[in-house]
Amino acid sequence: MPDHILRMRGIIKEFPGVRALDDVNFDVERGTVHALVGENGAGKSTLMKVLSGVYPHGTYEGEILLDDRPCAFRGLRHSEAAGIVIIHQELALVPGMSIAENVFLGNERSRRGVIDWHATSVETVRLLEKVGLREDPDTPVSGLGVGKQQLVEIAKALAKDVKLLILDEPTAALNEADSENLLQLLRDLRDHGITSILISHKLNEVMAVADAITILRDGRTIETLTVADGVDEDRVIRGMVGRDLDHRYPPRTPEIGEVLFEIVGWNVFHPTVPDRQVVRDASLTVRRGEIVGVAGLMGAGRTELAMSVFGRSYGARISGTVRKEGRELHLATVGDAIAAGLAYVTEDRKELGLLLEEDIRRNVTLANLHRVARRSVIDLHREVADAEGFVDRLRIKAPGVFAKTGNLSGGNQQKVVLSKWMYTDPDVLILDEPTRGIDVGAKYEIYSIIQRLAAEGKGVLLISSELPELLGMCDRIYVMSQGRITGELERREATQEAVMRLMTNTPAVAR
Amino acid sequence: MTLVDRPATAPASSGGQAGLRLRGNLRQYGMIAALVVIVVLFEILTDGILLKPLNVTNLIMQNGYVLVLAIGMMLVIINREIDLSVGSVAAFVGAVTGVAIVNWGLPWPVVVLAALATGGLIGAFQGFWVAYARIPSFIVTLGGMLLFRGLSMVVLQGQSIAPFPTGFRQLGSGFVPEFGAGDLHLVTILLGLAGAALIVWNDWRSRARRREYGLSVPALRWFALKAVAIVVVIGAFTWVLAVYQGLPVVGLVVIVLTVGYSFVTTSTVMGRHIYAVGGNERAAALSGIATKKTKFLVFVNMGVLAALAGLMFAARLNAATPKAGTNFELDAIAAAFIGGASASGGVGSVVGAIVGGLVMGVMNNGMSLLGLGVDWQQAIKGGVLMLAVAFDVYNKNKAK
Repeated sequence: MPDHILRMRGIIKEFPGVRALDDVNFDVERGTVHALVGENGAGKSTLMKVLSGVYPHGTYEGEILLDDRPCAFRGLRHSEAAGIVIIHQELALVPGMSIAENVFLGNERSRRGVIDWHATSVETVRLLEKVGLREDPDTPVSGLGVGKQQLVEIAKALAKDVKLLILDEPTAALNEADSENLLQLLRDLRDHGITSILISHKLNEVMAVADAITILRDGRTIETLTVADGVDEDRVIRGMVGRDLDHRYPPRTPEIGEVLFEIVGWNVFHPTVPDRQVVRDASLTVRRGEIVGVAGLMGAGRTELAMSVFGRSYGARISGTVRKEGRELHLATVGDAIAAGLAYVTEDRKELGLLLEEDIRRNVTLANLHRVARRSVIDLHREVADAEGFVDRLRIKAPGVFAKTGNLSGGNQQKVVLSKWMYTDPDVLILDEPTRGIDVGAKYEIYSIIQRLAAEGKGVLLISSELPELLGMCDRIYVMSQGRITGELERREATQEAVMRLMTNTPAVAR
Repeated sequence: MTLVDRPATAPASSGGQAGLRLRGNLRQYGMIAALVVIVVLFEILTDGILLKPLNVTNLIMQNGYVLVLAIGMMLVIINREIDLSVGSVAAFVGAVTGVAIVNWGLPWPVVVLAALATGGLIGAFQGFWVAYARIPSFIVTLGGMLLFRGLSMVVLQGQSIAPFPTGFRQLGSGFVPEFGAGDLHLVTILLGLAGAALIVWNDWRSRARRREYGLSVPALRWFALKAVAIVVVIGAFTWVLAVYQGLPVVGLVVIVLTVGYSFVTTSTVMGRHIYAVGGNERAAALSGIATKKTKFLVFVNMGVLAALAGLMFAARLNAATPKAGTNFELDAIAAAFIGGASASGGVGSVVGAIVGGLVMGVMNNGMSLLGLGVDWQQAIKGGVLMLAVAFDVYNKNKAK
């Protein structure tokens, strides 16, 4: 009879309009490393938020048994008191504070509100030893590399007497040596009786460290595999993608012309972590009338590639060549990129795409105000007429062009963003996750718009995390992994399995 | 699927559009209504002294410089920044002007131009640190506030400089010149009529333009009603001023600036960029807007307007003093927030700043007429500021 530290039974979590988790069962045996895998949006993070009380008891259905006792967590502190600690992808350390202060943050060693610095230091040294970090406890965290900061996070978890440690993409920001170090630490912790749940996109790491693997897909548990039974990566990939294509895509006959847009030998470094290269030697081409997909998991460097090309909106030490119709482009600013006929529809429409306080009209014309202005004076009436044209053509469901964009639904907001970029009359459109968080009906309409743009002879670069979308829409697909383009697939050879293999492979193997 | 059949949303009806526009401007109309209520209240409480021609003229002259500052401050706050230095900058420019005109005897028109340029340079200095060096404007302008207050004391060596020549003093206490002689100030009446005619004509032209683009046009009787209302309000205002000494120069400056800046903010590319940068700086940058340059220019503009306010204050006082402009920045900031600006940026209007400034001004004036002490005046103004902003935030949350 297996000894389960955690059992989650029939978990259902709904958000307005979507069922993010649908009857999920998840059992974790004591003293194991249990991996949780799935595509972006499969429900991994939501499940962990349910477990850690970020979504408190009562906001979901189903039950959680920890050590066979039912739990009803009201919040993070409550679940931490029970021994469950979650370490997020974005580390929750205060950069200006020392290691010791961070380790005991929110959990201070104190007597009647006065901090006991001696106990803090002594215990920090003990904990750092456990995680194999040789640093002075008084060192400020900002002076440490990401790998060491990750270890400080784990020490912080250990300080809370953790029984069940959850790591969300812990190696996403780490180099190979630091990753290997971290995986070894997970094994050591397991030998000391600490159970871990590991969420990771890197299947090679999962295979190397996990005892069991649970696969989530579309908010459901697909299966739990035991690694000892001779499971291989292909088996896991099949579980991750094995779904019917239930979305529908408008029919289309592509008319593909000559090469319109090229990126050659593109390199980008992280803006604040100088030695981290986020895009390595990437090259791609887009032809007239072609829809070209860019696949990759979170952190593969797709958005970084797009934004750095688009007027150097991201990154540092950017090198490489961009050509349009054979001529080299020098895109130092976003203004240059727009003038050169490029458009970039951002991944995050609320943070980066829209002025939410402004109406539809002002958002539509923002990137190309000079089209409605004469000598810098805007023709307000023509602006309204132009905006109404888009509301009509793209079927933006709103009371009118004076409706605040912040009050529109996701699909209609996305149509406003598309209108904004269509208003600049670009030749090349880079669309970054254009259908994220949009219902099926609106998706279909956005697909139609994208296809119409291609039919007009524009080149479209479609970045998406949804494999069926890429397979259904694109004439050609590039796959990225860890900053490199690991493969290029024609429409006929692109299958979910083939793309997923390139997405999860380390580039060294693929090349 | 959806591509074939026409969706349920027909082109929005004109009623829906107008309704939306109205709701968008509701805060502004709300502030104007509040101003009217306050005016009526004090008119009754002071037994009709508030709207006496002499007092209306005083009101304009007392509040002119704060209104000028409020216009600039509104742009700064829309840009999601703040400027605490404007009072000190006004004092510094006033001090330099005093030295140049009184001590050195330079011709005052030249000095006025140089003073405005100095204000622009000061704005450029602070704007550089805010926009390009990315130092928070609160810090930069707090430094500027101390720096220029100190420098004005240095320039004046702690003393006041007076008197200014008559020509210069017109800027603070003069009236629009009059031709002929009569009980009524004719030029003021003519200016009022011309202004009203211009507004009505502009409205009429806008109808034609809307038709040209196939947009809906409000019914003719609404247009007529609006035109009559405009003529009546402007007529009454001009009449009150004309029976005394006419339109003060300060009033003319404020009106010209209000019209000019309203145009810039609503109808020019630059104005649109100011709102966009304040509303969502990253989205604006990704739309190709030069966000740093926009911020920089907003501060340059604030510097010029602060200099103008300093000139107006010195001219009215007929002296340059090191204490000039104390707390002006707070009055200007309060005016902007009462007038509908949002601390999170991207929201507000020039007319709102003027209305906010007038609310403060009328309350000051009314409470003084009632013989209320400065202590209570200050406390009540503080309460009104908090109430106005709380009301605004409440409305916004309710709308969500």
